[in-house]
Amino acid sequence: MPATLRELRERNRSVRATQKITRAMELIAASRITKAQQAAQSAFPYTRELNRAVAAVAAYSDVRHPLLTETDNPRRSAILLITSDRGLAGAYSSNVIKMAERLTQTLYDEKREVLTYITGRKGISHYQYRNRPIAGSWNGFSDKPEHTQSDIIADTLIEKFLTPYEQGGVDEIQVVYTRFESMLLQEPRVRRVLPLHVVKGDQTGELMPLYIFEPDAESVLDKLLPLYVRNRIHFYLMQSAASELASKQKAMKSATDNAQSLIESLTRQANQARQAQITQEITEIVGGTAALTEKDE
Amino acid sequence: MADTFWVEVVAADRSLWEGAASQVLATTTEGQIGILAHHIPLISPLDAGLVEVTAADGQRHMFIADGGFVSVQATRVAVIAPYAQWVKDIDVEEARRSLMDAQSKRDAGDNSVETQQQYRRAQAQVKAAELHTA
Repeated sequence: MPATLRELRERNRSVRATQKITRAMELIAASRITKAQQAAQSAFPYTRELNRAVAAVAAYSDVRHPLLTETDNPRRSAILLITSDRGLAGAYSSNVIKMAERLTQTLYDEKREVLTYITGRKGISHYQYRNRPIAGSWNGFSDKPEHTQSDIIADTLIEKFLTPYEQGGVDEIQVVYTRFESMLLQEPRVRRVLPLHVVKGDQTGELMPLYIFEPDAESVLDKLLPLYVRNRIHFYLMQSAASELASKQKAMKSATDNAQSLIESLTRQANQARQAQITQEITEIVGGTAALTEKDE
Repeated sequence: MADTFWVEVVAADRSLWEGAASQVLATTTEGQIGILAHHIPLISPLDAGLVEVTAADGQRHMFIADGGFVSVQATRVAVIAPYAQWVKDIDVEEARRSLMDAQSKRDAGDNSVETQQQYRRAQAQVKAAELHTA
């Protein structure tokens, strides 16, 4: 038996309510993404100057620094997995988690130990549910990363990297994040942050002047490289935040669209049911009168 | 008129000031340095303290920076710091409170990096702000 008119109207109302919510979430995500883009824009000069300084130091000094030193045979790696705190963002978190799992598998195949650090509740609960060890986790800022948090994460990772292998340290650190290509495309990526791989020379091709380092190249690197790593981590967090918001907006938009077509079909069914009801009532009345007149004759 | 060069003062989350200038004074870990045009290329870490830029029009801009660098190239100077702000934007009361807070933490035997940093920064803020209003 088809659903009754009352049921259809009830469902219609509930879908409309849901649609209002998804539309609101879509708009919120859209406005936040503008903010995220502005934040990325205003952080750009700092990143550019920092990169320039690092390139300059790397180009004109042969100083060896622990953060730049490659291990010949890495035995333990750390992964920083950046996910979101909240769901309703389509496949955003699951894509990046899948990427991290593939990476973990590759590292296992190379006979390495893997420590997993996670930001974002989605990643944490994914690992906890499967009873996998988490070396460290942070959450509560996935859509709006601040420097205070990214500094803490970066400092934790740097410390782990500088700890010798025998005392539980790691030989390299990779980050799995989601790169924000455009509003329509966000792709999970893997990047190695430590040991640092510094590109010598400027991308623009301009010649680096011969710097003097005050007090000396080593102490300059000591200060500069941690800042660089912190900035990288912050950059990855910001990219991921922008991707999360874009995925959320997209997911909420299609939810709103789906709700719209559901509403249309429900309205049609309700109209049909109403028509059927009216027709039936008329038939009953006509049938009733016919029976009465027949009796009279 | 003195030769000028391009100066950028950049904090982690925004660019504070950019323009032609004739002189930059900065507080590095090695002490105060003054940079004029044609300074030799240099990179030096900053200590918590004042950065003063004399713009080409003679106006003096004062900033406070901590934990970053001053990088001098042939025609441009960049002051890069994870923390930097305009001296005129400093809330003196807030800075004093922060300084007292750090002081009491230190007296209580807390010698953590955070407390040291808070102390250094607050001290520099108060000093700079007092200098600015004086």
